[in-house]
Amino acid sequence: MARLTNDNVEIAHEIIGRYPRPKSALIPLLHLAQEQDGHLTDEAMAHIGELVGVSSAEVLGTASFYEMFKMETVGRYMVNICTNISCQLRGGEELLAHAEKTLGIRPGQTTSDGLFTLEDVECIAACTEAPCLQVNYRYEHRISNEGFDQLVNDLRAGRRSDIPSHGVLAQVRQHIPEDRRAGVVAPEDKAVPVWIAAAGEGDK
Amino acid sequence: MAESDVTQIDGVAVEINGVEVIAHKGELLIDAAERTGTYIPRFCYHERMKPVGMCRMCLVEVDTGRGPALQPSCMIECTPGMKADTESAITKKAQDGILEFLLANHPLDCPVCDKGGECPLQDQTMAYGPGESRFVEEKRHKEKPIPISDLVLLDRERCILCDRCTRFAKDVAGDPLIHFIHRGNNTEVNTFPDEPFASYFSGNTVQICPVGALTASTYRFKARPWDLETTESTCQTCSVGCRISIDSSRDQVQRFAGVDIDPVNWGWLCDKGRFSSQVVTSEARLSEPLVRDNSGLVPAKWSDALGRFATALDNASSAQSIGVIGGSRLTNEDAYAWSKLFKGVLATDNVDAQLGDGLPAHVVLGLPAATIDEVCAPGGTVLLLGPDVKEELPVLFLRLRHAAVEDRVTLVEVSPRSTGITSLAAASVHPRPGETADVVAALMGTTSINGEIAGVSAVELEAARSALAAATGPITVVLGRASLAESASVTVAAASAILAARPDTTFLSALRRSNVRGALDMGLAPGLLPGRVTLEDGAEWYSEVWPAMPSATGLDTEGILRAAADGRIDVLVLLGADPLSDFPDADLAERGLTGARTVLAVDTALNSSSKRADVVLAAAGFAEKAGTTTNIEGRVSTLSQRVTPPGTSRADWMLAAEVSTRLGTDLGFESFADVLAEISAVAPAYLALDQAIAEGSPDGVLLPLDVVVIIDEDDDDIVIVDETVTVSEDGAEVDVTADVVAEETDADDAEGLIEIVADDSDVAGSMPPFVQYTPIDVVVSPPVDSYSFRLVASRKLYDQGTLVQSAPSLAPLAPGSTVSLNPWEFDRLGVAAGGRAIVRTAKASVNVTVQSDAGVPRGVAAMIVNQADGRVSDLVSADELVAEVRIETAP
Amino acid sequence: MITDAPRIITSRFDNADSFTLAGYEATGGYQALRKALSMGPAAVADEVKTATLLGRGGAGFPAGVKWGLAPENVWPRYLVVNGDESEPGTYKDRLLMERDPHQLVEGVLLACYAIGCGQAFLYVRGEMPLAQERIAAALNDAYAAGYVGKNILGSDFSVDVVLSWGAGAYIVGEETALIESLEGNRGMPRLKPPYFPAAKGLYMQPTIVNNVETLSNLPWIVTNGGEAFAALGAETSRGTRMFAVSGHVKNPGVFEVEYGVTTFRDLIFAPQYAGGILGDRTLKAFIPGGASAPWFFEEHLDLPLEKVTVDRAGSMLGSGAVVVMDETTDAVKACLRVVRFFARESCGKCTPCREGTTWLENILQRIQDGYGRPTDLDLLLDVSDNISPGIAWPPKQTTICPLGPSAVSPIASALQRFRPEFEARIAQAQEARNSIPVTITKASSHG
Ligand SMILES: Cc1cc2nc3c(=O)[nH]c(=O)nc-3n(C[C@H](O)[C@H](O)[C@H](O)COP(=O)(O)O)c2cc1C
Ligand code: SF4
Ligand code: FES
Repeated sequence: MARLTNDNVEIAHEIIGRYPRPKSALIPLLHLAQEQDGHLTDEAMAHIGELVGVSSAEVLGTASFYEMFKMETVGRYMVNICTNISCQLRGGEELLAHAEKTLGIRPGQTTSDGLFTLEDVECIAACTEAPCLQVNYRYEHRISNEGFDQLVNDLRAGRRSDIPSHGVLAQVRQHIPEDRRAGVVAPEDKAVPVWIAAAGEGDK
Repeated sequence: MAESDVTQIDGVAVEINGVEVIAHKGELLIDAAERTGTYIPRFCYHERMKPVGMCRMCLVEVDTGRGPALQPSCMIECTPGMKADTESAITKKAQDGILEFLLANHPLDCPVCDKGGECPLQDQTMAYGPGESRFVEEKRHKEKPIPISDLVLLDRERCILCDRCTRFAKDVAGDPLIHFIHRGNNTEVNTFPDEPFASYFSGNTVQICPVGALTASTYRFKARPWDLETTESTCQTCSVGCRISIDSSRDQVQRFAGVDIDPVNWGWLCDKGRFSSQVVTSEARLSEPLVRDNSGLVPAKWSDALGRFATALDNASSAQSIGVIGGSRLTNEDAYAWSKLFKGVLATDNVDAQLGDGLPAHVVLGLPAATIDEVCAPGGTVLLLGPDVKEELPVLFLRLRHAAVEDRVTLVEVSPRSTGITSLAAASVHPRPGETADVVAALMGTTSINGEIAGVSAVELEAARSALAAATGPITVVLGRASLAESASVTVAAASAILAARPDTTFLSALRRSNVRGALDMGLAPGLLPGRVTLEDGAEWYSEVWPAMPSATGLDTEGILRAAADGRIDVLVLLGADPLSDFPDADLAERGLTGARTVLAVDTALNSSSKRADVVLAAAGFAEKAGTTTNIEGRVSTLSQRVTPPGTSRADWMLAAEVSTRLGTDLGFESFADVLAEISAVAPAYLALDQAIAEGSPDGVLLPLDVVVIIDEDDDDIVIVDETVTVSEDGAEVDVTADVVAEETDADDAEGLIEIVADDSDVAGSMPPFVQYTPIDVVVSPPVDSYSFRLVASRKLYDQGTLVQSAPSLAPLAPGSTVSLNPWEFDRLGVAAGGRAIVRTAKASVNVTVQSDAGVPRGVAAMIVNQADGRVSDLVSADELVAEVRIETAP
Repeated sequence: MITDAPRIITSRFDNADSFTLAGYEATGGYQALRKALSMGPAAVADEVKTATLLGRGGAGFPAGVKWGLAPENVWPRYLVVNGDESEPGTYKDRLLMERDPHQLVEGVLLACYAIGCGQAFLYVRGEMPLAQERIAAALNDAYAAGYVGKNILGSDFSVDVVLSWGAGAYIVGEETALIESLEGNRGMPRLKPPYFPAAKGLYMQPTIVNNVETLSNLPWIVTNGGEAFAALGAETSRGTRMFAVSGHVKNPGVFEVEYGVTTFRDLIFAPQYAGGILGDRTLKAFIPGGASAPWFFEEHLDLPLEKVTVDRAGSMLGSGAVVVMDETTDAVKACLRVVRFFARESCGKCTPCREGTTWLENILQRIQDGYGRPTDLDLLLDVSDNISPGIAWPPKQTTICPLGPSAVSPIASALQRFRPEFEARIAQAQEARNSIPVTITKASSHG
């Protein structure tokens, strides 16, 4: 796939509609594209540029700033092992070395079956649960070498249905019902908010 | 008032290195320091772009009352009492540190770098930097220069990530096709894959790059800065009149760069102007005159060529049988010399610098004028009624873009199709070709909007009308030809409608050919004499200086071509003109050229028309002669000679003088300065120009000057004229005014008046008034025929014209012929985007590629002028108000 | 001092349904909102000011004061919620978002009501899909129940809360970079001044950026009153606060403790908290407030977890991340790892940060790999000085934001305390190299 599917274009329009400026939807839409294709294709980036009204170069400029966006195909499972200070102190680097051996790849590489990509990442906010890792951003806390091998086996055997394929983040989307929507507040909207004005604080 | 009182009102007193200086309100510290003599080093800051404060080179210790702290001087505005120390140990250490960081990953390839010798990074390193590098690590490696467009190469290893090129592309040009990608130490500038930096302004990034990361493909390894000699001049690629510098080495032009002047280009150039440096050195340049013999055009001696040229003119059966086309690529002095020869010696008025693609001279010279600055003044309202400025007057586009984006200027566009400026316009309406004036009348409120007019819906009309009605002051109009398939009278009628409704409106003409304004000012148009006066009004004034005078108003280019086609032209003179390519009706041009008995050409290179000439005089071109030029605003600036003309070619004014001598009249010119002096003495709008030029403002001189002419009667040379009052030679009156003027001039010329003393042998009688504009009524266009399309023929920046085609780097950029249609039409026509179609009129048909373009209204077929094969000019008839075409799928 | 102060923001963490609307409502949820609507915006802001709630995102600026910095009479204003938690060692906001999302949503509503924001943007770190999911569900339920959106609970207060999330960039936790990111740009900080968010933030409008933990306190404050909150904790550090204790401790975990009175020793050694050093080894050093903070040592253990005290002692409580290193820790390696983090996370905007932090990493890597030179330690300090002149605390900077100078903290700390370890590593390297037999090959003409 390349450009966003019609269903995703519909979602994209809903997302764009939540922001005072269409460009603000850029990162959410890039996530949508990555969810669709597993990584960001040039076509999808160009399509997103059209949707929010910026050039493809600007889309790429933003996308490439953020580590989670991948411009090349990656494995179905992105295995991110934290080696930052809290994890380092509790064996994060040894876990990474073990993972390299088990998977037969170095950080940044993908297994030849296309199943796993390994990354040596910075702190993932599970410092008290070190050493820890994420598979497609789903946490595995206090993981041992054996635990790691078990995880890999389970993933290979398809026993981890709780972990969707790479690119899928939250599986519940925000939806603002039309009748409850307060509406976008554009920067040009200079009016004093009603409840502030009513409280007589408008001139404060 | 004491000095400190002034401070409180006008500026902000700050202390820089212990010395109090007065900064303007809101002025950045880096600018205030530089203006008062303290240069703070910088890389990212550029005075024509918003500061980003990211290189950190301009850090200085600043104390705003809370103790000294390092601050980027490019980001902080001067505030009262601020103290800055640009020399302190902490400042120096910080700056040294930044330089060391910048050099850490910067390759040491200065000896092979194009920027070597004029590189701010290199200069700073010499001036401030540490000696030895302590950076022993491997430097960043990236693929050496990668082309990011047809004209620009990027060496990412040399890039110091100052954001200048990327900011320029997005904020100034509006073409955000290059961008920072990746992050941190991996950050680089690049394009999106397979989407090159195809911007008309890409060359500016090369100029503002503070290192050698961006280089122009035209200049790579051509010259070293220390070999270069530089002169300032004015770009002659279009009529905006951007100030440039010309660099040469070994008597060869190497490159052009933009020079920053406030009223015009702010340092920017378009790529066509910048890379037209290649035209000067083009192989196609003529280095000697040519004459026709049995074998065709062959090189000749100057004496033969000039002799044949003069004889042909001498042998013309009458003044009316001479026709002169062209002259808008010449200097003012060249144009004046030809004007004097043809009108003042040979007495023909069949002279026209425009090729049926412009506007009548009385419109260009006679409408109330606006300068570029006036058009772009913050908060104003501008009506665009002309060509796509981005395609034809690119730097004017940049100014308008800045006005709209940064200075709250409201743009309202009325054009037959969307243009490069449409997305910036508050409202944009696209009337059916030929019917613009109806729409304009409605927008002006002259007629009411009861529904659709000329294909524009009432809603769109209302939007545009209210945008115009919201203007707080007079509006300005950018006026020119939006389509060459539409008669100029359509535009003139629209201008008339505006002026009738809002008499305080001012106009900026958008004619594109370099010195077209100067050519008209020098009288190269029927019915006109130099200095913006008509033949009728000026004949007497000129009778003393010119030996002869045309007896009646002559023909314009269309008229000349028709007369030639009918066998009524003995001698057709082409002054750097190519009617076969440029006249909108190619068939008429062809018949004219064929019908003329003798064709004489004066040019820098052969074009399709001059190839047909009997004599071709080799002329010196841009950068090869000195002179003056006049831009669209009527601003005169200087042109400089930087190199020797090729071979024996010479300036046009010399050629005119030599031809004249052979005809028995001495024009009286020994140098270009002689010509300028005569213009300054006799051409009413140009009076005193030479003095103003000598006083030398790089901004140029806006004409007419506030001048007083004194013709001393006692000395046999006094009359007093000032620009508003024409004073007769009546003795009493003259004396009184003379005294006043004398007093004023004694008082050190307090009011900026310029005094000139002219010899009354030159000037007699009263100074004629300037050309008046004559309104024309709304033109009536033919009824709409639902089977046909109205043709819009507009220009692209790059075309098959001599200029583009003589620059090897630009020639391939001409897009080629296409017909653009609204996608809505495709089904009913059975055509598809990318397919071929036949575009047909009664007299011809062309086979071109179809393009889908939602910016083209339904019922309109849009084509580009002067592209390879499938010429629009084959379809256009000069005598029709609009061209109507049929479109069929090509078999 | 270990106190029995109430748990304010983690009170529901033990409930299985803590993240559901029903669970939240059953435990007093959205009562503060009702109360606030009857109090009026100014009164709510006053309560927060009275509480002297210090920001929990790192800088510790009082929330009530920050709200007051929005220029008067300039509308619209936005609220941006900083849920980008990425500072190494920090682990609290994710828990608050995953386990009690409604508490955060209610906090957001209270802030918007008090400040006058018509729209709020809740920016969650990209790598936290569970938090994103829980907040999305919480918002969807809260909209349906009338707590969020148009005319909240029938009042004239209307606000949309828009969930957004990042995509992997630590620097986006910095508030102006976060705003850039929300505008769809590369997350590069803006220069302050002039771009203080409270004056010129999102879309150049006044914008209040608050941390997830900061806002999560609001429902309790409004329900119980600012006075009650201020009654807890120390003079200049009120209420309670979450601390994550990680590294070489027996019982790593996240603890909500009374702010300003509990000491580092309590937190690290008390059995109800981290329970002491792993294997009962001795302490080498600890980072008191996230990777950016200068390191503390044995002598700092009895300092209370109190902002001003810790600042004066030359470090910061930052984001409440205490990382403990025992005697076995390799100071060079730990220092390198923290510096590497900042080098990789530099946004690249400022020359000193982009070039300097990578240079520091390279030098340290060289020392670690056995290629150190005797001059390297002074070079480390001088390069550090060019990023953060004077290497002082609080840091001066040649950069736009504090990220660059943050890379200097671990170097200054480690070199100040463990310089001999670095020197030994370098000397070892020299020795190893000297002992390599030198083979002299015939001089080649290529020199
Ligand atoms: C480099 C850097 C990273 C930061 N990361 C975070 C972060 O992840 N989460 C956070 O809440 N604040 C972070 N901050 C602090 C924010 O800039 C901001 O001060 C904070 O969100 C304000 O919220 P508060 O006043 O409620 O604490 C960071 C600051 C810097 C300089
Ligand atoms: S200090 Fe570093 S992270 Fe901060 S703005 Fe500068 S380059 Fe970016
Ligand atoms: S010139 Fe000021 S930071 Fe670059």
